[in-house]
Amino acid sequence: MGNTNHKESFVSKFVFTQDHKMISKQFLITAIFMGIAGVMMSVFFRLQLGWPGESFAILETFMGKWAPNGVLDRNAYLALTTIHGTIMVFFVLTAGLSGTFSNLLIPLQIGARDMASGFLNMLSYWFFAVSSVMMLFSLLVEGGAASAGWTIYPPLSVLPQAIPGSGMGMTLWLLSMTLFVVSSLLGSLNYIVTIINLRTKGMSMTRLPLTIWAFFITAILGVLSFPVLVSAIVLLMMDRMMGTAFYLSDIFIGGEALDATGGSPILFQHLFWFLGHPEVYIVLLPALGISSEVIATNSRKPIFGYKAMVGSLMAIGFLSFIVWAHHMFITGMNPFLGSVFVFTTLLIAIPSAVKAFNYITTLWKGNLRFTPAMLFSIGLVSTFVTGGLTGIILADSALDVTLHDTYFVVGHFHIVMGLSAIFGMFAGVYHWFSKMFGTMMNTKLGFAHFWLTITCGYGVFFPMHFVGLAGAPRRYYNSSSFDFLSETADLQPIISVFAIIGSLSQLIFLFNFFYSIFRGQKAVQNPWKSNTLEWTTPVEHIHGNWPGALPEVHRWAYDYSNPAHEEDFVLQSTPLKDGEIGH
Amino acid sequence: MKLLILLVIVVGVIALAQLAKIYQLSARLRGHREEEISEADTRMNGALWIVFMIVFYATTIWQFVRYGDYLPPAASAHGESVDTLMNFNLAIIIFVFFVVNTLLFIFPYKYRYNKNRKALFLLHDSKLELIWTVVPSIVLAVIIIFGLKTWTEMTGPASDDAIRIEIYSKQFDWTARYSGDDGQFGATDFNLITPSNPLGIITEEGVMLANVKLTEKIDNLQAILDIEKVHLLTEKAEIEATLHGGDAHGHDGADSHEPSPDHTAHLESRLHDIETVLSSGEALVMTEAAYEAKEDKIYRLERHLQRILELQPYKFSDGLGSWEVGKDDRIVKGEFHLPIGREIEFIFRSRDVIHSAFMPHFRAQMNTVPGLPTRFKLTPTITTDSMRTILDNPDFNYILLCNKICGSAHFNMAMDIVVESQEKYDAWLAEQKVYTAEQN
Repeated sequence: MGNTNHKESFVSKFVFTQDHKMISKQFLITAIFMGIAGVMMSVFFRLQLGWPGESFAILETFMGKWAPNGVLDRNAYLALTTIHGTIMVFFVLTAGLSGTFSNLLIPLQIGARDMASGFLNMLSYWFFAVSSVMMLFSLLVEGGAASAGWTIYPPLSVLPQAIPGSGMGMTLWLLSMTLFVVSSLLGSLNYIVTIINLRTKGMSMTRLPLTIWAFFITAILGVLSFPVLVSAIVLLMMDRMMGTAFYLSDIFIGGEALDATGGSPILFQHLFWFLGHPEVYIVLLPALGISSEVIATNSRKPIFGYKAMVGSLMAIGFLSFIVWAHHMFITGMNPFLGSVFVFTTLLIAIPSAVKAFNYITTLWKGNLRFTPAMLFSIGLVSTFVTGGLTGIILADSALDVTLHDTYFVVGHFHIVMGLSAIFGMFAGVYHWFSKMFGTMMNTKLGFAHFWLTITCGYGVFFPMHFVGLAGAPRRYYNSSSFDFLSETADLQPIISVFAIIGSLSQLIFLFNFFYSIFRGQKAVQNPWKSNTLEWTTPVEHIHGNWPGALPEVHRWAYDYSNPAHEEDFVLQSTPLKDGEIGH
Repeated sequence: MKLLILLVIVVGVIALAQLAKIYQLSARLRGHREEEISEADTRMNGALWIVFMIVFYATTIWQFVRYGDYLPPAASAHGESVDTLMNFNLAIIIFVFFVVNTLLFIFPYKYRYNKNRKALFLLHDSKLELIWTVVPSIVLAVIIIFGLKTWTEMTGPASDDAIRIEIYSKQFDWTARYSGDDGQFGATDFNLITPSNPLGIITEEGVMLANVKLTEKIDNLQAILDIEKVHLLTEKAEIEATLHGGDAHGHDGADSHEPSPDHTAHLESRLHDIETVLSSGEALVMTEAAYEAKEDKIYRLERHLQRILELQPYKFSDGLGSWEVGKDDRIVKGEFHLPIGREIEFIFRSRDVIHSAFMPHFRAQMNTVPGLPTRFKLTPTITTDSMRTILDNPDFNYILLCNKICGSAHFNMAMDIVVESQEKYDAWLAEQKVYTAEQN
């Protein structure tokens, strides 16, 4: 392909592009819009949860008949929580994170002209775009959007008699998610093939930056687990439309005994969580990869224990496939099976602990530059540790009995997976913005954005642990009628206030992002003085990434402050000095 | 109002853009580059980590003080060991939380950027890494062993003299069932559910009653369909064609033969019936969709009836008939009672979707799954009265909540639980409605 900067039409350059850099921007900007929708939904239902039954004009403005007199309708509440969860987990933190940064960084950091298949890559984005539109559109249909929780457990998700959202809304949810899985599979296959086959000369697997290792393992997890979700969805659709009974048995609803017998609702949960648990790591691992790169670069110090970091990524990836039933301790599953899953789940804490300690040791005696990306990466390590620790409690089946489906769980997974992954995403955007748009984001606004976000993030989700320990169930439209919950009731408005401030502070980011695209300071080639190959490409995007020959790699990605060199960074393409021992 | 909000937003964005422009111009004048973090910014962010740490820890400690005694003491035997396990795990994670976060917040302050310093070139340290792999492994092993010990105890089989209580869930309430003097629950079937038999308990009378009711429903629907005008007119035209104009259509072969005299008589009497209905003015006009919906409903009811006809009684091991023992089962709504110090085995069933029976004060929870009975055992250790004294709250009640999203009124699906002495419990149980009595 080489440097072929031929003239292109608008459509082939910005719309149906096959260039990985443009596709990564398409993923990012789509995900940002989905993120705005998802966060707005959370503010709407936080208004109801913080001040149950109060009237808010803004709700009526946005929700219309779903919030008569400014009070959120109870079915609309369930629809909002369901779609908020779906959008944030899949559309923002899976497609937004993996789609953006795998696409941008894999070819650039391994020294490839583009993805193995530009065409599949383009399809991957357009499947994602269509599925995003369909998911948002499902909010507008009669009966409202899917309202059975983002885990859509049957029979609730099968029977429109049980909840209005299980009508047309659920059908669209299922179709949208099927398209989403297609997008994810096309992307993941492409990432795997590209990483295995298109590494430039000298780029051995052990010289890969940790970002690429993280994207690689994430893609493998996606390829192995997402198809199982499609199976679950197909069976669910058949139960809904063709009268099968995979998930239904002995049901009497709406004054009528249904025909279905012999199915099991628990089967769906096994299939769902076989995707659902690896999905947690599909969301988290890219964020960990990004933070590894950002922390090493901005500590001016090699990442501590590179091999242990790669090994723990692999261990987490493998273990994530054999822990799914820890979501199901109280479904009536055999308690002995539960014991096995307690064991495997707690094993994951070991590689996670190794990662956390390695991050901290990387900071130790470093020379830390507080770029916004660095702040978010350190924040990520904090949320990863804080949220991971409460996971130890939930993994213990005897304790999960009391805490299952309470606010404790909500606090846990929002910190360990929500905040960590979104921090990783912000870190990535601040760090590689100049690689995407050729300009720099404003640093001072970045500081304000970070400090407000981490404060509000912990402000929202930390108190939820106490609400949950007191026994407050999640997904309650209103829990003020229960006397035993009055002890922690005053935390709910505090949480909502933090949620509102936190959401508003994202406007700083949005402004900074869009303003900087057009008016930001022009970037230099290697602003962060980083080692990896993407910083050897020209600031202006060209097809094929490098003018002339592909760079050759002579060393690993983490030669920061190497005493053998004058500068505190050494590009991967710099040949070894005489007598220097390479990695 | 909306216009005003919009105006404020637009003006705000413009103001921000102008501010940014000014900032950028001044930055250019100073020769400032975004990637260069000034010393002042480094100091500020370094200090902010420490400020953040102090505020974060202070609020954490405040929350533990203010909300730390999250739930009243466990009111069940296994609940006490669950609480011990919880406190043990909490102690470990709180310790690790403070240690790791402290390092994480102090290092950025301590090692903030200094252009005269070079970072330590440290690649790895096998000894250190071994320590932080082995130590967490040992701690986790202890957590696993302690946890599984508690788990095995609480999920083991219930003893033979445990009281068995069935908890039945539906959108959006709970029903409890206690067995009668025979100590057995009557068999149930979801096909027999009626307003007067909410649990679908099978009895001879119940089967007969359901049979009659369903047949009645089918007949009523059929009666409506029988007087639908459009279908009657179509049928009338067909019969007339067969009787009079059979050859007008030019049929040949087997189809065109004359109807037999018997058949003709039958057709004529049917024609007469149709004309009677049409002239009586009782005929209904229905859309095709409504007609088909009714037909479909009849078809479903017929299959429902068929399933009831297929029900067969069987004998329990002690010789009692499965259709007999249900007659003295006691059905309880609103609140249910438990005797203190006795082991209770709950059997959970659900009628429509998955619910979850959550009893936070007993540290107990189990999903109720349609088609799959589930179990949970517990022994209450504190009576409602004692708990009211402990909490100094005369209105306190133990509670059973739904904790699995189950529909629009999910948040309102609860039932009170009363724990009392064996004597009071016996007296209460004796007063409860017996199933067969309810049928009359």
